[in-house]
Amino acid sequence: EPAVPQNMSPDEDVQRLLIQFRDEAGESLGSPFDVPVTITPDKLQLVCNALLQKDEPVPLAFFVHDAEIVVSLEKTLAGQSVETEKVLDIIYQPQAVFRVRAVTRCTSSLEGHTEAVISVAFSPTGKYLASGSGDTTVRFWDLSTETPHFTAKGHRHWVLSIAWSPDGKKLASGCKNSQIFLWDPATGGQIGRVLSGHSKWITWLCWEPLHINPECRYLASASKDGSIRIWDTLMGRCDKILTSHTQSVTCVKWGGDGLLYSSSQDRTIKVWRSQDGVLCRTLQGHAHWVNTMALSTDYVLRTGAFEPAEATINPQDMSGSLAQLKEKAQQRYNQVRGQEPERLVSGSDDFTLFLWRPAEDKKPLERMTGHQALINQVLFSPDTRIIASASFDKSIKLWDGRTRKYLTSLRGHVSAVYQIAWSADSRLLVSGSSDSTLKVWDAKTKKLAIDLPGHADEVYATDWSPDGQRVASGGKDKCLRM
Amino acid sequence: IKMHEKRNTKQKNDEKTPKGAVPAYLLDREGQTRAKVLSNMIKQKRKEKAGKWEVPVPKVRAQGETEVLKVIRTGKRKKKAWKRMVTKICFVGDGFTRKPPKYERFIRPMGLRFKKAHVTHPELKATFCLPILGVKKNPSSPLYTTLGVITKGTVIEVNVSELGLVTQGGKVIWGKYAQVTNNPENDGCINAVLLV
Repeated sequence: EPAVPQNMSPDEDVQRLLIQFRDEAGESLGSPFDVPVTITPDKLQLVCNALLQKDEPVPLAFFVHDAEIVVSLEKTLAGQSVETEKVLDIIYQPQAVFRVRAVTRCTSSLEGHTEAVISVAFSPTGKYLASGSGDTTVRFWDLSTETPHFTAKGHRHWVLSIAWSPDGKKLASGCKNSQIFLWDPATGGQIGRVLSGHSKWITWLCWEPLHINPECRYLASASKDGSIRIWDTLMGRCDKILTSHTQSVTCVKWGGDGLLYSSSQDRTIKVWRSQDGVLCRTLQGHAHWVNTMALSTDYVLRTGAFEPAEATINPQDMSGSLAQLKEKAQQRYNQVRGQEPERLVSGSDDFTLFLWRPAEDKKPLERMTGHQALINQVLFSPDTRIIASASFDKSIKLWDGRTRKYLTSLRGHVSAVYQIAWSADSRLLVSGSSDSTLKVWDAKTKKLAIDLPGHADEVYATDWSPDGQRVASGGKDKCLRM
Repeated sequence: IKMHEKRNTKQKNDEKTPKGAVPAYLLDREGQTRAKVLSNMIKQKRKEKAGKWEVPVPKVRAQGETEVLKVIRTGKRKKKAWKRMVTKICFVGDGFTRKPPKYERFIRPMGLRFKKAHVTHPELKATFCLPILGVKKNPSSPLYTTLGVITKGTVIEVNVSELGLVTQGGKVIWGKYAQVTNNPENDGCINAVLLV
C-alpha cells in the first residue's frame, strides 16, 4: 500500500473520487483508490512517485480528460459532470528531470562572416558551433570564449546547409554549386575529398543515425535536381542515387528504423529503404510544395548517444567505444520511440500540415489546418508531445503530438517566422523571424517568455544547443549572436 | 603564348559569388516584396543626435500670407475684415472641433481637410497610402505649422505601422516623418517622400 500523505485525512464535506493512474500508453499503475476532489498536483505527484518506486522522484504532469491539472482536481473538473461511481483515469506524464533555463540576453555578437549567415548548427554534445554563410566559408566558433575558432574555406558558392554527424566528429556542408565538403571541427580542416555529383544546389543534408552505424559513415543529401544521393564518407564516393521525385527535393530525413523519408516540391513524400535504396511508399495529399518534414524521433537521432540530462557546464566529447555509443544511442532511441512506429509531420505551401505514420500507411493520420500563409518549418518537441509549426503568417502554432489537436497560436512576431528550435527539456521554444527579433516562448503557459532583439536585419537561422546553455542565431546582418 | 591567345576570348567569371545570399528555404521564392526596410540604424541615430535633417526638397518658395489666407469680410455692412480663410490643403487632428463661429479667426474649410497622404519609400520605390498623424513643420511660417497647413516642402508625420518596421531594440515603429513633394491644392492629393 502506498504511504498516503498526512494532509489527505478525509474532510467530511469534501467530495471524494475514485482515481486510477494510467501512463500515456494506457497501462494502469497500481489499483484505483479514492482521493478528495480538492487534491493538488503536488500530492498527486507524491503518490504517483511512491507507486512508481523509482530511486529519485520524477517531476510529473497530470491530465484528466485531456486537460492538465494545474491547481486542483476540482477546478479541472469544474465544467464536467463527475460520476462518483466510475473510476476516473488520470494520465501521468513524466517531465524531463532537468530544467533548461530561458536564455535572457545576448552574450556576444560574433562578427567574421562577410556575407549573410544562412545556416547555424550546434554539435550533438553542444561542444562546437558551426555556421555557414553566403561568403562561401564555414566558420567554427569556440563556445567557452565566444570567439572565432576556425574558418573553413573551400566552397565556391553560398553554403546552404550544414549537418553534424551524430558523434560530433564531422561536419558536412552543402553549397549552391552542388558540392559537399566534410570538415573536422577540432582542426577546421577538410576531411577526405569533395563530394560532387548533384547537378543543382543542395537543399538538405542528413547523416545516418548513430544506433544503426556508430562509425557515422553514410550521409544523405537532397538537391534541387530532384535526386537524393547517399554518400560513403569513408571512401568519398556516392553509394546510391535515389531518383523518383520530379521536382526539387526540399528535405530528407534518415529515420531510426532503416527508412529514409524525402519531401519534394512535386507535392509528394517518398519513403525509401535505406539498405538497398528501394522506394517503399509515396505519400500524397499535399496541394502545393512540401517545404519541411519532422520526425518524432528527430531530436534523439540528432543527439545520438549524448543525454542532455547529463550535460556539464563545459561540454565534452562523447567517450566510449563504438559499441558502447551504439548501445547508448539505441537505448535512448527506444525510450523516445516507445511502442509505436515513428511519426512524420510535413508542412507545406498549401498552409496545412499532415501527420503520417509512414512505416505503416500511405494515408495521412490527420490534416492540420489553421495557418494563413505557407509553413516554413515544423518540429516535434524532444519528448514528442508537442508539434510546433512556424509560418510566414507571423505566428507559430502548437499542436498536440499524440492526439493531433490544435493547442494554441503563439503570436508576437510582426513578420514571417523563419526558424524555430526546442530546448532539450521541451519546455521552451525559440523562434527567429524576418523582423530581426528572436522570441523565447514557454510551452507550458503558452506565452512569450523573453524577447531577444538585437539583430540589425532578418534572422535566417536559429539553433538551441543540446546541453541547453546557449542559443545561436545568424542572419542577414552578417553577425552571429549567442 | 597561351595568355596572348586567350586575350580576346571571354572566360566565365567564376571568382565572384553573387551577393544577396539567402537560405535554402527562400531560394525558390521571389525576392521579398519589401527590400531591406531597416537601413543603418546607427547612422540614423547619429544623424538624429546631430539634429541634421537631410530632406529631399530643401528649398521651397515661401508662400506669403495673401496667397495662403483669404480675407473674409463679415459684419452687417461687410466692413469688418479680421477673419481669414485658408486656401491651401490642411490637416486637423482627430478630435478637432471648431471654435464658436463668431470668434474663430482662421477658417479651415472641410473640403480642404485631408487625412491621408501617398507616401513613397525612397529605397523600395513603393508608395503607400498612410494616415497623417500631424504637421511637423511648414517651411513658410510657424503660423502655418500651428494651423496645420500643408504646402510643398512641409514635413508631416505619418503612421507607418502597416509597413512592419522594427527598431533594433525590438519595438515596432509606428510613426515616421515624410516631406510633401507636390502642390496639394493643385493636385487634390498629398504626395510625400518618407524620410528614412
